[in-house]
Amino acid sequence: MNPNLNLLIGLAMGLNLLSLGTSRLPALIRTMSVQGVILGVMPMIMEHELDWRVALIALATIAGKGLVIPSLLRRAMRTAQIDRELEPLIGFVPSLLLGAGSAIAALALAHLLPLLPEHAGTLLVPGALATVLTGFILLIGRTKAISQVCGYLILENGIYLFGLLLIKAMPLLVEAGVLLDLTVGVFIIGIIVDRIQRAFDSLDTRKLTALRE
Amino acid sequence: MIPILYFLLRLACWLVVAPLLPGIINRVKSMVAGRRGPPVLQLYFDLARLWRKDVVMSNLASPAFVILPAVAWVAVSGAALLVPLGPAGTGLSFRGDVLPFIYLLALARFCTAWAAMETGSAFEGMGSVREVSYAVLAEAAMIAAVLSLCVQTGSMSLVTMLAPTVGASAVLLAAGLFIVLLAENCRVPFDDPNTHLELTMIHEAMVLDHSGPPLAVILHGASVKLLLFAVLLTQAVVPLGYFGPVVACTLLVASVLMVTVGVGLVESLLARFAFRRVPLLLTAAFLLCLFALLVAWKGGEA
Repeated sequence: MNPNLNLLIGLAMGLNLLSLGTSRLPALIRTMSVQGVILGVMPMIMEHELDWRVALIALATIAGKGLVIPSLLRRAMRTAQIDRELEPLIGFVPSLLLGAGSAIAALALAHLLPLLPEHAGTLLVPGALATVLTGFILLIGRTKAISQVCGYLILENGIYLFGLLLIKAMPLLVEAGVLLDLTVGVFIIGIIVDRIQRAFDSLDTRKLTALRE
Repeated sequence: MIPILYFLLRLACWLVVAPLLPGIINRVKSMVAGRRGPPVLQLYFDLARLWRKDVVMSNLASPAFVILPAVAWVAVSGAALLVPLGPAGTGLSFRGDVLPFIYLLALARFCTAWAAMETGSAFEGMGSVREVSYAVLAEAAMIAAVLSLCVQTGSMSLVTMLAPTVGASAVLLAAGLFIVLLAENCRVPFDDPNTHLELTMIHEAMVLDHSGPPLAVILHGASVKLLLFAVLLTQAVVPLGYFGPVVACTLLVASVLMVTVGVGLVESLLARFAFRRVPLLLTAAFLLCLFALLVAWKGGEA
């Protein structure tokens, strides 16, 4: 239907696998921000006549996901002085295979869903499902707080992809609110990461399960 | 008479051109490093020198130590004969010749590994284990790539499979096959062909105790395998069928040259990976080929 859009979604799905395969946190953050920029470009490609609201959403998404959130995360990473995920709960090869399996499952499942005819030809739904599942795998399989935040952000990217189906019906206020929530959330997480680092001398979230005085 | 002549001509083409490729790779590497480097024809000289030498055999080794490298060489050459050379076609082609192609490559690897174990040396055993365990992953990627070509064209023969362009999945397939090429031919991110430390060797450790003509045969077989993968990669991605014979031939040679220079550049710019990170890269290659297969499949449906 729209080959450029499908190409971009395919790229975003490739970035999903990249984020699952890398062990370096800077690479993970970069992958996530590039994916955010790609998602930000999508609304401009989808609409035939460029609406100012759509352009605004796109610009805000690119700025928020491509610049503000990654820089907040990079600062948190620098203060915590870690740059690697060393012992993930789910290893890199298994999580890569899981991610690929979920992408294929999403492609197969999207056929079974009762979609509108104008959405049947695009990869939007399978891309959204695959991205959400990637986010879940990162959230479950990684132990460092920053990788888990990246997982959460990729999960949100998937939800945003799903939201693109409703781009005409969704008010600007909702989009802006989501983006603001996200930025504030990452901002707060940046502070929390610093606190975790100070209290536990590590960002391993498994240590947070033990209660202390 | 004429078909036999053509057949021999193609075989000669494969066997004579092949040792050029490692020479080109070494030339690229030395140019990047700012050295003068060995001549491009160095491998020919090496082969001639080795061919005149005697064989040194271990007391433990059976005659298989000498025979198996020859079997491996015949297997690789047979696999090369199955691959079409652009407009020149193949020496041998029949329905389902992809399967013997894959199996011949596996047979060659099996023979090299067996010959390595004949010496009873611990290093050789270690090298064989590494080579075979990487090959398991590389073969999965290779089979996925071949399957995607099969699905794309609906054919089981290498000649018709490789002729048309691959379209959207070409990029995925090219990336996947290039990684497979590097892994199968023991090039840098997987193995360092110039290493002198037995503990870090893979392919080199397997051929450590070979000498004389068997070593020449092994080296020549390795170069034929490199050419084979370069030609395969080129034909899977570049749509040679749309051009006239002369243009297609030039394009084929240029693309193979480009792949070779690419290998040389990768080798100069990249360090080899730690052993535990190799499966990750090979899994990535497998997934690239798998997604190429998926694109070919879905594209055919829509």
